[in-house]
Amino acid sequence: MQRIGVFVCHCGTNIAATVDVKKVVELVRFEPGVVFADDYMYMCSEAGQEKIIAAIKEHDLTGLVICSCSPRMHEKTFRACAEKAGLNPYMVEVANIREQCSWIHKDREEATEKAVILARAAIAKVNLNTPLQEGESPVTKRALIIGGGIAGIQTALDIADAGYEVDIVEREPSIGGRMSQFDKTFPTLDCASCILTPKMVEVNQHPNITLYTYSEVEGVSGYVGNFDVKIRKKARSVDMSACTGCGECQAKCPLGKMGKIPSEFDRGLRTRPAIYMPFAQAVPAVPVIDRENCTYFKTGKCGVCAKICPSKAVNYEQEDEIVTVKYGAIVVATGFDIINLDKFGEYAYNESPDVITSIELERLMNASGPTGGHLERMSDHKQPKDIVFIQCVGSRCDDEKGKPYCSKVCCMYTAKHAMLIKDHWPDTNITVFYIDVRTPGKNFDEFYRRAVEQYHVNYVKGQVGKVIPQPDGSLLVQGVDLLDNKQIMKKTDMVVLAAAVEPNKGVRKIATMLTASIDNNDFLTEAHAKLRPVESPTAGIFLSGMAQGPKDIPETVSQAGAAAVKVVGLLAKDKLKTNPCTAKCDPMFCNGCSTCANVCPYGAITYEDQQVRGPGVNETRRVAVVNNALCQGCGACTSACPSGAMDLQGFSNRQITTEVDSICR
Amino acid sequence: MKYSYYPGCTLKNKAQDLDVYARRAAVALGFELEEIPEWQCCGGVYPMGSDEIATKLSSVRALNYAKEQGQDLITLCSACHHVLKRVNDDMKNVADISDRANNYMGLDEPYKGETTVVHFLEVLRDRIGFDEIAKKVVNPLTGKKIGAYYGCLVLRPGKILEFDDPEDPKIMEDFIRALGAEPVIYPYRNECCGAYSSLKEGGVSQERTKLIFDSSEGFGADMLITACPLCMYNLNKSEADSKIPVYYFTELLAEALGVKEGNS
Repeated sequence: MQRIGVFVCHCGTNIAATVDVKKVVELVRFEPGVVFADDYMYMCSEAGQEKIIAAIKEHDLTGLVICSCSPRMHEKTFRACAEKAGLNPYMVEVANIREQCSWIHKDREEATEKAVILARAAIAKVNLNTPLQEGESPVTKRALIIGGGIAGIQTALDIADAGYEVDIVEREPSIGGRMSQFDKTFPTLDCASCILTPKMVEVNQHPNITLYTYSEVEGVSGYVGNFDVKIRKKARSVDMSACTGCGECQAKCPLGKMGKIPSEFDRGLRTRPAIYMPFAQAVPAVPVIDRENCTYFKTGKCGVCAKICPSKAVNYEQEDEIVTVKYGAIVVATGFDIINLDKFGEYAYNESPDVITSIELERLMNASGPTGGHLERMSDHKQPKDIVFIQCVGSRCDDEKGKPYCSKVCCMYTAKHAMLIKDHWPDTNITVFYIDVRTPGKNFDEFYRRAVEQYHVNYVKGQVGKVIPQPDGSLLVQGVDLLDNKQIMKKTDMVVLAAAVEPNKGVRKIATMLTASIDNNDFLTEAHAKLRPVESPTAGIFLSGMAQGPKDIPETVSQAGAAAVKVVGLLAKDKLKTNPCTAKCDPMFCNGCSTCANVCPYGAITYEDQQVRGPGVNETRRVAVVNNALCQGCGACTSACPSGAMDLQGFSNRQITTEVDSICR
Repeated sequence: MKYSYYPGCTLKNKAQDLDVYARRAAVALGFELEEIPEWQCCGGVYPMGSDEIATKLSSVRALNYAKEQGQDLITLCSACHHVLKRVNDDMKNVADISDRANNYMGLDEPYKGETTVVHFLEVLRDRIGFDEIAKKVVNPLTGKKIGAYYGCLVLRPGKILEFDDPEDPKIMEDFIRALGAEPVIYPYRNECCGAYSSLKEGGVSQERTKLIFDSSEGFGADMLITACPLCMYNLNKSEADSKIPVYYFTELLAEALGVKEGNS
């Protein structure tokens, strides 16, 4: 028989305001197995834990029930506390009487009754708990970063500087990501290339960093500390070791002059050859052949690049290569893109070349961009004298064509664009239509005030209903000024749309491979929004940059550093404790049907022939065996097993039915 | 394929062209328009009041008739299309309206929005296919630059009518291409013509139609097509200098299919 202590927490008024804590103590005191019950203001505090430790010693407790917040919050705390007093940590159960009780009920009597029921269920379970021992697994001291934008670059550098090996897998031919497309960065207006390219070079030269560019993650297996990752190195058709990056091939590719292939990097504002580097400062400075467009790959004729390459680096025969690498930790830094604007016909983005997105504007203002940094209309190459910026195109949208969230960066970059344009061409007339101007952040509001007060940018509170291209090439913007309560019909030369950001398209596939959860908007979910913001709920998976949610460069770099610290903290360990709540097969009941292996998401179940002996049985037959290192304790096999042979340690079928029985009693 | 056809009042007098050419084109394209006997006026506007059902009953009767025939209900006029689809949506999704209308109608089996309402253009796009129509064109309108004038009733509210993207529709442009002509895209194609305000305040629709003509003509259109008798009325009354001819889309369809003179 267990000797169980029940500890009921007030959590200040969080629980005590709705649940009669004293009454819970009185009612559970006489439950089977309970020898002690008490309450305290804050059970998780040091004094609360001391109380628990003292009670364990004084009453020879063998099991604990803590009635408090969700086990996600403090189960670890109370297990550690029990261990301090010499109790096996798996003899502790948490009854969640906060999130699942006091916070959601208003009626005190009802809430108290429910708290008692939840406590009773936990007591019934502890009566059947057995001590479990944590195992150990080794840690591969190498990290993988998926995505080579500023988030991935910074995370990689921080981990590499701490002395661990890091690989970056980037799907594009060069690292650099979105930031490499930008002109200047707010709020200090440093040039994006000037602060990014040195980091790109550093990554390339760092002895601890290996770059896999033009590569994609194809499969992930294993678990925290021991991931096996399959990486597809797409055929570049150029030998990386021979190429000197001279650029001769790009200059001579006949398709370059034909202007048919839009440059992804320049967002289609310029064209590129079929053999190309996305931009001049690309890292690695090795071109790739776009096989879908290359004449040689389409017709077998041409071959100009191979003929003129001075170092004979062009290789049409190259094939995709698949490598499998072991990692201890994986960081998802897959970044963002802007939403497709096809559903926003009212802004005439698809009709008029002079309606552009903010990223296109970055390219138009960038000295290395398609116009050499000279701002001009794409229709007639004239410099716009009047520009309208439209904010929240698809952000804060109550309709499924857009996104419900604030993209966070647009207010600031629009203020930046307005000021940069006014700086170069002071007589340009600039209007910004906005819902709200949101500029929290260090030196951010000052930055925006400067646009209004110093640069006289015309901010209009209100949205735009329609952009109307005119036969003469100008644009009419029909909007509303909410402060003046007036309809506005404004003639302009150029319209810039602050399109909502969204996670990069590939993230769903990657999240699935990693079993990392994503939210309704495809942003990766944190383990805890406040306390574990750079970790995925899946152990060993970390988050960096826009893949987790909208954020600007300073915030991305901070988060990248935070993710790196978490990775280093993991890689610094030689062994990891493994969760002992794993599945276990009882060979007596197992008939080797394979149902469990088919549902196991972790590949933890194999089969072997075993001698099975029992009353009336003595035979060798095929039975399931669980690899404890791979098993994550999800329980899928236990519910799928048709003969009841699979059981989850710590959550056995008997324990769960006992809990249910005690609730229904 | 046979459809229960709801012509609506205007097609019986002012907008007879819309009706006549549609009937001839349908024969040429191999589908049948079976006019609903004793149909009643849809009211011309969708009644926004949710506290009365009388104005919705004529639509419910037509919809229920089509249901009893086991046919889809086809219509041509933008306003009828708008009213019928919205009332059908109410019957399917708004329990209060549906219950009250059914209580009043006292049908053997209550009507719950089972009928599919389709616009003639939707039949061309989704059931026949513009590619098929292009194959049947005998008098291609080659060289003609045609602006599609959608107006508002045929497109909005987009979620209920599910006709096309209200801000960037394509159906009439694809239709124009199928006839061998070149569509002219201009920004006022989905803007309101002034609608019924012309009956009271002519100024509004004069202003609106001028914008429509200026813009379409400015972008190079030689003519406009429409599916809406009310738009046709307002555009015809326009005093814009840039006025270009306006036709019902069915007239051009019949012409391209070689059945304009017709023997039906």
